[in-house]
Amino acid sequence: MGLRLQNVTKRFGDFTAVDHLTLEIPEREMFGFLGANGAGKTTTFRMILGLLDLTEGEITWNDETINYASSHLIGYLPEERGLYPKLKVKEQLIYLGRLRGLDKQTIIKEMEYWLERFKVPDYANKRVEELSKGNQQKIQFIASVIHKPKLLILDEPFSGLDPVNVEQLKAAVVDLKNAGTTIVFSSHRMEHVEELCEHLCIMHRGKPVVHGALKEIKRSFGKKNVVIHADFPLDDLHEFPGVVKAKATAEGVHLQIENEETSQHILSHIAGKGFIRKFALEEPSLNDIFIEKVGASYE
Amino acid sequence: MNKFWIVLAHTYFTKLKSKSFMITTIITALLVLGLTNLNHIIELFSDEETKTVAVIDKTGELYEPLEEQLKTDGEKDIDLRMFKGAEDKAKEKVQNGEWQAYVVLGYDDKQLPKAAYYAMTVADSDTPLQLEQALQQIKTTLATAKIGLSTEQVKELYEPVVFEKVALEKNAKTEEELNQARLLVYILLFAIYIFVFMYGTMIVMEVATEKSSRIMEILISSASPVQQMFGKIFGVALLSLTQFSILFVIGYTSIKENGELTAILGFEQIPVATIAYAIVFFLLGYFLYATLFALLGSLVSRIEEVQQMITPVNLLVIAAFFIAMFGLNNPEVPFITVTSFIPFFAPMIMFLRVGMLNVPMWEIALSIGLLVATISFFAYFGAKVYRGGVLMYGKSTSFKDIKKALQLTKK
Repeated sequence: MGLRLQNVTKRFGDFTAVDHLTLEIPEREMFGFLGANGAGKTTTFRMILGLLDLTEGEITWNDETINYASSHLIGYLPEERGLYPKLKVKEQLIYLGRLRGLDKQTIIKEMEYWLERFKVPDYANKRVEELSKGNQQKIQFIASVIHKPKLLILDEPFSGLDPVNVEQLKAAVVDLKNAGTTIVFSSHRMEHVEELCEHLCIMHRGKPVVHGALKEIKRSFGKKNVVIHADFPLDDLHEFPGVVKAKATAEGVHLQIENEETSQHILSHIAGKGFIRKFALEEPSLNDIFIEKVGASYE
Repeated sequence: MNKFWIVLAHTYFTKLKSKSFMITTIITALLVLGLTNLNHIIELFSDEETKTVAVIDKTGELYEPLEEQLKTDGEKDIDLRMFKGAEDKAKEKVQNGEWQAYVVLGYDDKQLPKAAYYAMTVADSDTPLQLEQALQQIKTTLATAKIGLSTEQVKELYEPVVFEKVALEKNAKTEEELNQARLLVYILLFAIYIFVFMYGTMIVMEVATEKSSRIMEILISSASPVQQMFGKIFGVALLSLTQFSILFVIGYTSIKENGELTAILGFEQIPVATIAYAIVFFLLGYFLYATLFALLGSLVSRIEEVQQMITPVNLLVIAAFFIAMFGLNNPEVPFITVTSFIPFFAPMIMFLRVGMLNVPMWEIALSIGLLVATISFFAYFGAKVYRGGVLMYGKSTSFKDIKKALQLTKK
């Protein structure tokens, strides 16, 4: 049940955009979909939505193929934001909502709830071109969830928003998930994925390179991080056995180590040399894993 | 409600309420009113302008016949007056603006009238022409009298020859009917041309706006591109019929009120068939070009690219119009017959033939059939391109993109 992708492949001529992707996203799950630009995220989303035909494989939602007959079950926030610039917010949402199978009264009721929630209730009669980019994005988010979809696909939902708006939107996404919506979202921002998703998948050149539960992924990655803040030079640690990567920071050093053991050797090495303000053994961040798997070429 | 109808209704009502639609409708309505009342308007301006022309008659004999002749011609705008003073005085008065002109009458060496017309400018060709014609009459009378011809003989000489044109074909239009038809067909051809252009462009702008504003992806994830494309095309078609009806009612009423035009257009009997054909051919032409325009609109990513994308199609519409203008005077030449079956030209050329000639039913049916087949082909093909085109972004200015768009819809 839930969303299932089975051996999904998409080729454009000679170019393979998505290569034998198999995913299973249970209902009520929030799933993170990561990847560098051109990794095949948007193509995968477009295939889930039925905008592109699959070259091979199968995609089902609760064991049924997704098509325009099921479009009222699905919500989509595309990466490229856009609304009719000349139309008023209300007209806009009514049109888009009706295309998703809602009637006018329901749309207006829902619109009022959402505008209130995003603290912009007076926008209903404004034209979209009068709104700031961040506020346009809110309107677009409303358009993608107004029909209470069962499956919500968010392509880079938080890009281009200020921190306050990101928090507002994040809270809305979490509420939707708690209300039973299955959410798939892609992001470049690892911390958002770490915060929101239990399961994730990292795409690289159309293939999933990492796939599973966040905790599992971190554990199986093996490597850990050590953060040291000290009052004496730590340069010699860069060459210390077991240290994979080292980065000098303002207050000390940030190390990536092969395994937990190494941390203890480091600790005994620097002990007694001076004042240590901080010594911490940390889980690898998703960012570390991403860079390791996808390559340092990703900015 | 079916999503096709939602798109159709949205397109229709958004456009109907838009300022630009109201403004163009009002302006065109005023234009129609103006054109159908042109004769009144011209009269309105020319009524009060009586021109004073002084005559210096050196012969002392010609003034009276001239005044007489002008009266017989029914000319009321020229106020002729005899002037006995010197030519310099007359010139002064014209320069002062007291008189519009003065004429010096005299005899040439054959004792026949001659005249010179003096005015500040000779831009007004009407007044000297009237005078010249009147004088010509006098000259003819004098000259014939000189040879000794009687008035009856002169009359016979100038009697126009009887020349009647009779069409032998059954139901063929008479000379008078043909002239009436030509004017009506001309007006309707022009209307078809403008409407196809205007509404075709509306479609392409509509699609390009949705694409450039990037709302397209949300739209196509809610309703199929095919439903959207046709919802739009039919929505705009409905809009055009609304505008056409408004203008038609205004134009028709105005022509009916204006007795002179009714006669020229032969509107004593409403040419129902011609107008019905005009609507049919307009709609066919519109659907053909609208599908083409929608297809092209789906390929551009920015509004600025629209113009170059649609230029080749625009040229087709313009070519059709020019062929039709040529055909207005030669509706029976083989070139016109042939082009009336070519779908891109048929909406105008076949309509022209139907309006002017007695075209056999099977020819009309064949032309319409070909048109419908072409429209179906472009609708099918266009829907395919549209489906891929709306997902394409980047610089797109060539027809190569059609191939790319089609590839996107493949498996």
